[in-house]
Amino acid sequence: MKNRLKVLRAENSYTQEDLADIIGVSRQTINAIEKEKFDPSLPTAFRISKLFKLPIEAIFYFEEN
Amino acid sequence: MKKERKKNLYQLAAWTWSWVATLAIATLGPKYIWDDHYFLTVFAVSVNFANGILMIIANRNLYNNFDELERKIHLESLALTLGLAVVVGLSFSLLDSTKLIAFTAEISHLVMFIGVTYLVCIIVNTRRYS
Repeated sequence: MKNRLKVLRAENSYTQEDLADIIGVSRQTINAIEKEKFDPSLPTAFRISKLFKLPIEAIFYFEEN
Repeated sequence: MKKERKKNLYQLAAWTWSWVATLAIATLGPKYIWDDHYFLTVFAVSVNFANGILMIIANRNLYNNFDELERKIHLESLALTLGLAVVVGLSFSLLDSTKLIAFTAEISHLVMFIGVTYLVCIIVNTRRYS
């Protein structure tokens, strides 16, 4: 799954640590999501979507290889 | 989350060290301290057992404080460690019972193997997701 988390985070001037604290996960988790090594759970995706005031599909999208 | 994590970590560390200490007392006490006194031996083993239960509860509390990625890392590591412990443990026991190794297969060997395997799995899995 692809995502725009890194771009959105930069646009809002958040560090990975800031975002991790707000969402309630570890910094390593934010890093793994940004690098697309790990897909977040639905509650985490909803929290990210709520924070950036965007629908989930505007942040996370599926791309077939 | 960080405060809670620190608290859980300290609790687990405290219960683990006290469990190790009570295990040492229950192991060495009958021979070196109270000269095989029945009641004191039963008491030391009971205290060690109760301490072990509290250590497990502290470990579960820490696990419940993990986020989704940390849980995934630990779950994968636990699955690998459990599988390896069963397979390697039984092979090791078989080697002992068929006298293919010169020494006796002790449970402590398996405990050390489990500890090292879990640690290696955690390090490898953490690096995979970083």
